[in-house]
Amino acid sequence: MVFGLLKYGLNPRFHPKEFIKESRDLKPSYDVVIIGGGGHGLAAAYYLARDWGITNVAVLEKSWLGGGNTGRNTAIIRSNYLTPEGVEFYDESVQLYKNLSQELDYNILYSERGHFTLAHTDSAIRTSRWRAEVNKHLGVNSEVVYRDDLAQMVPLLNLSEDVRYPVLGALYHPPGAIARHDAVAWGYAGRAAELGAEIHQNTEVIGINVENDKVISLETNKGTVTCGKVLQAVAGQSSEVSRLAGFDLPIRTIPLQACVSLPVKPILDPIIVSGSLHVYISQSDRGEFVMGGSTDPYPRYQTSSSLDFMEGLMGHILELLPFMGELPVLRQWAGLADMTPDFSPVMGETPVQNYYIDAGWGTWGFKATCVSGKRMAETLATGVTPKILEPFALDRFRTFDLVGEKGAASVGH
Amino acid sequence: MPSRLPSPAGRFIDRDKQIKFKFEGRSLVGYQGDTIASALLASGHTILSRSFKYHRPRGVISLSSLDANTLMQVGDSPNRFADRIQIQEGLNVSGQNYWGSLSNDRLSFIGKFSKFLPAGFYYKAFYSPRWAWPIWANFIRKVAGLGVLNPNSKHSYYDKEYLFYDVVVVGAGVAGLSAALEAALSGADVLLLDDEQRVGGSLNWGRSEPDENADITKRDELLNQIQQNNNIHLLSSSSVIGWYTDNWLAVVRENRLIKLRAKSIVVATGCWEQPIVFRNNDLPGVMLGSAAQKLINLWGVRPGERAVIATSDDRGYGVALDVMKAGVEVAAVVDLRPEFNECKLSLEVRRKQIPILLGRTPWEAIPNRQGSRVSKLRVAKIVAQGKCAPEIDSFACDLVIMSAGWFPAAPIVRQAGGKIVYDELSGHTKITDLPENVIAAGGIAGHTSLEAAAADGSYAGNVAAKAAGIDNKRVQPPQIQITKESQMHPWPIFDHPKGKEFVDFDEDLQIHDLETALEEGYTHIEHLKRFTTNGMGPSQGRHSSLSAMRLASRYTGLSLDGTGMTTARPPNAQVTLGHLAGRIFEPVRYTAMHHRHLEAGAKMMPAGMWLRPEYYGSDNRRNQMIQEESSNVRNNVGLIDVSTLGGLDIKGPDAAEFLNRMYTFAYLKQPVGKARYVLMTDIAGVIVDDGVACRLSENHFYVTATTGGVESVYRQMLWFNAQWRLKVDITNITASYAGVNIAGPKSRVVLERLCDDVDLTPDGFPYMGVREGHVAGIPARMLRVGFVGELGYELHVPAHLGEALWDVIIEEGKEEKIRPFGVEAQRLLRLEKGHIIISQDTDGLTHPIEADMAWAIARKKPFYVGLKSVSMLEKKILTRKLVGLEIIETEGSIPKECHLVIDGSEITGRITSIGYSSSLEKYVALAYVSPNQSNPGTIVEIRVEEGEIIQARVVELPFYDPDGLRQEI
Repeated sequence: MVFGLLKYGLNPRFHPKEFIKESRDLKPSYDVVIIGGGGHGLAAAYYLARDWGITNVAVLEKSWLGGGNTGRNTAIIRSNYLTPEGVEFYDESVQLYKNLSQELDYNILYSERGHFTLAHTDSAIRTSRWRAEVNKHLGVNSEVVYRDDLAQMVPLLNLSEDVRYPVLGALYHPPGAIARHDAVAWGYAGRAAELGAEIHQNTEVIGINVENDKVISLETNKGTVTCGKVLQAVAGQSSEVSRLAGFDLPIRTIPLQACVSLPVKPILDPIIVSGSLHVYISQSDRGEFVMGGSTDPYPRYQTSSSLDFMEGLMGHILELLPFMGELPVLRQWAGLADMTPDFSPVMGETPVQNYYIDAGWGTWGFKATCVSGKRMAETLATGVTPKILEPFALDRFRTFDLVGEKGAASVGH
Repeated sequence: MPSRLPSPAGRFIDRDKQIKFKFEGRSLVGYQGDTIASALLASGHTILSRSFKYHRPRGVISLSSLDANTLMQVGDSPNRFADRIQIQEGLNVSGQNYWGSLSNDRLSFIGKFSKFLPAGFYYKAFYSPRWAWPIWANFIRKVAGLGVLNPNSKHSYYDKEYLFYDVVVVGAGVAGLSAALEAALSGADVLLLDDEQRVGGSLNWGRSEPDENADITKRDELLNQIQQNNNIHLLSSSSVIGWYTDNWLAVVRENRLIKLRAKSIVVATGCWEQPIVFRNNDLPGVMLGSAAQKLINLWGVRPGERAVIATSDDRGYGVALDVMKAGVEVAAVVDLRPEFNECKLSLEVRRKQIPILLGRTPWEAIPNRQGSRVSKLRVAKIVAQGKCAPEIDSFACDLVIMSAGWFPAAPIVRQAGGKIVYDELSGHTKITDLPENVIAAGGIAGHTSLEAAAADGSYAGNVAAKAAGIDNKRVQPPQIQITKESQMHPWPIFDHPKGKEFVDFDEDLQIHDLETALEEGYTHIEHLKRFTTNGMGPSQGRHSSLSAMRLASRYTGLSLDGTGMTTARPPNAQVTLGHLAGRIFEPVRYTAMHHRHLEAGAKMMPAGMWLRPEYYGSDNRRNQMIQEESSNVRNNVGLIDVSTLGGLDIKGPDAAEFLNRMYTFAYLKQPVGKARYVLMTDIAGVIVDDGVACRLSENHFYVTATTGGVESVYRQMLWFNAQWRLKVDITNITASYAGVNIAGPKSRVVLERLCDDVDLTPDGFPYMGVREGHVAGIPARMLRVGFVGELGYELHVPAHLGEALWDVIIEEGKEEKIRPFGVEAQRLLRLEKGHIIISQDTDGLTHPIEADMAWAIARKKPFYVGLKSVSMLEKKILTRKLVGLEIIETEGSIPKECHLVIDGSEITGRITSIGYSSSLEKYVALAYVSPNQSNPGTIVEIRVEEGEIIQARVVELPFYDPDGLRQEI
């Protein structure tokens, strides 16, 4: 593909190929309709085509591809979860991510950095150890490190005991990585379209027709489409869309904000997270610091920014990294986190036949893009929920088979 | 070559005060009032920075602290606007992002490869073979970034201020000044903000009349009226970094973040002058008209010696007059418009016999031999949109002044919900969709002339006062219409076969970069931005968004409005992490006895908002001290500070009913004078808190909660009672009470010495009894509870008497060898008793059944929070159970909390608490195990560090004093 660049540079008449396809008119019917053109929906379209040869597929996006949480997260990828179910699931995602650039023939700028979840209290140390032990049991590389180790590994970190919440140790997860979030959506979109899936931007689902508990067709702002199966992958709007299909979800939608600094020469390599201080921070390959904090204190569907968030976050960041005080902020933004009661996602069947759901992604959706896309494609294609997704069924809230991941969420909620 | 003009040029500088500063290690001199940029230009330095990607030399373009060209390193502060920061004695300034020197950057070769590096090239390269990417990534990382953070620098002083005004006017140009005046005359309390060092906006530097003093005279008149009006408070050097919900403005002024609530806001932030996109439009010496005028009029700097002025409106002629005044030879005025527009300024320029070329555009700027500055401009005739005829006129010049028109500086307006609407025919913009209490006025609203902007400002000031609820008796000034004069050239973008026509200076993006992206399908304006990074740099698209919109709109066939703009996110001006953090208030709570703990050598640990003694003694004797403290409780008497325990006062006729609903146990028939265990579950049946409820009277309970949980328990109580509407008052009185637990077989002896109004005999004050009395004269709520499993009394006294209570007990207990004990000893003691600690022995899913706490659930009551869930959970097969373990082999490693219980390849549970019990002479633990491992006598395996397996035996709980004889004596 370096040749592509040479070709481009040397040949004045070389025209780039259309990669993100212009939408055409909707066909009257599709085998599979995917609601939501974010990373998850686009990945599902890709794997439906690649793994199962299902290409009579439409992805309907009400706005622009990857414009929801796919384009609003802080692009962290990790698998250091707490429950065995969670660890196995996210580890499969990490494995897929590692090869994704080659798979999609599109560089998603995947960059392994190492991920430190700082512990400031003895209880946080306990949780770190719990996660490390479960991770190791399942072959995922995580370990608890203490102050002496941290002084070596992250010399920039303020390890003074003379602060409000001194750092006692951390959960160190070497495979922790960042990637270019937009590129993940574009890469999947481009390749899915190449394999035959249709991608329709500016196409909003406004109604879902269900007969005898079975989905028949979708009403969109561009007309009605009948469909074999439907996948709903609309993080941030999950409850609203499922309501169109006639069922409720145990989800509260809460804004999650983040911000980015002006670029400076790279100085911080690893990803630093502090659950007690509600901070996560990493420095991108452009030199910008990407920073996030806890979810907003109230549920709502707006993505406006708040000053409170910035003030609180920066106070905490400067406790950890005091040298950052003179760094200017470039931009702040917000996404919407669909929080489930057990802090785990919801994937699989719904009360409506042929209508599948991929929701409840809280603050951990981006890192699951590959695996949820691949496994949801499998679910739709075979009609059978794969074992790795079984723990995340919507029905678990009725039967009380919860997957408690609160202890592994990066930030407070 | 730029140079300093003779006195009196330069309205902002004080030539009597020379200031020395350092630039790239060399000493330079400027005047008080100079910005770094003006001082550098005055001394002939034109290269201020190197571009992000190609390391091209960059100089002043907007001089309005809007673009990345003037970002410099100032001391330890990276990416500072050199055109905003004033020089100070000793200031240390250097360029950024170069290898070698600012004037000779060895990385500038990258620009030669720009053909091979189209926008988004990194998505198409470097990843194959897979091992190559980390190497490339490492290289990219090395050349990334602009300024430098010093890892040793400390957080400097920053603080915050809160202000409240009827009307806040943002921008003190002609519209803002007029608006502030009118609003104040209407009776409003007005704050007028401006980001420049002196108010006046373009009146300070612009030329709207042939008479060079017309604008400044107008400014002085307005300012004079404003200064005489006591209703107006004026803040210069103050930048609004964001509009937040409900007119909450964040303003940066020096080292302060001002947080400002306004009843109404007038936004008079004017416009951003837009560049013309032509080849080499980024060379030092190519700048916007407003930048040239600011250099001349504000700082007395001649921006060059020979200039070509390219303009698409009449203001360019004012610029021409200003540069001539500064002694710059004007080679030509290039007017992009096809016809000569007669106005006072253009006629004056014509009268001075300056060549005026119509319907032409700069086509290519030619650099000097060093590539450091423009030396020639090639000008071509425009024959169609973006197309030029092949005939070229060349002008030798060291200054090219350009203007493609003016675009609303509207981030505040857009954050407040407003939209910029563009009329393709007239080239005008207007603002729509604003809420009633946010008013756009002047240039931002499309009023191009000073008179129109002033009139619009007055109107806006009147409307704003009304929106602020001021009873306004003044006659409302008339609302004026937008004039026909065009604001913007419709297509100032000229594709050159050799490229380097920069659309986005920050990101080194040329026309073909955007066209490539469009052809690849990134046609949505957000995709175009994200794929090319156009507008993602420090300038946030102030000079590039419009061109990107135009290119996208040409490609898609949509209108500019249909193409839309990317979201305007804060911050709108430079703000640092330090500003936002301020002095960093991390409140910490000390108990009344805090200083006594420190005196006794306590090692303190965070516990919720509080600090508590972990143990007393030095770090290296930690384990020994914990053992000593706990055995002293078992054998003599110990004293622990329990002030941090949550305290909730529940009062009212429905108090018992309320507790009955909030907690799992039964409280309706709880006798007065008795304490009862409380266990709280959430709606999912998960254990979230515990404590005791003391019935002080029929309608009055005192309920304790965990240190970390009380805030959330209190919130939950209020939240639920907002629905239940029970007759009960709920008060969080945690901080009102200090508390101690005096525990151990000799505690009664000590207490008897101090308390004479409560019968302390076993029958008079039995286990789980509650009494109110006095201890050493201090009024106390006394609870006979037994968390640590010994005879003991919790004494809760008014917080201000806590220290006195502590002192007197320590004094009176000397004979019984009383000593304070910390949280760790308490944890060990309660572990021996098998008492759980919420959130240590429970997790986000633990329900009462698996925690073996079914005993704490009242079975006959119809409701408590979580009842439905707990009932369902009870019917399910248990997946784990909390049990007691004793470690069999204690020679090797000892498991730590959260080491896993393993059964074959399965994780069946984990250790939640472990400690060495000197009473039992073995390690004991609480752990989750699978139900089939939970029978006493079962041997379970625990995996510790390095994979070693340790065996443990399940035993009955509690480990110590199973019949509770010691606590109930």
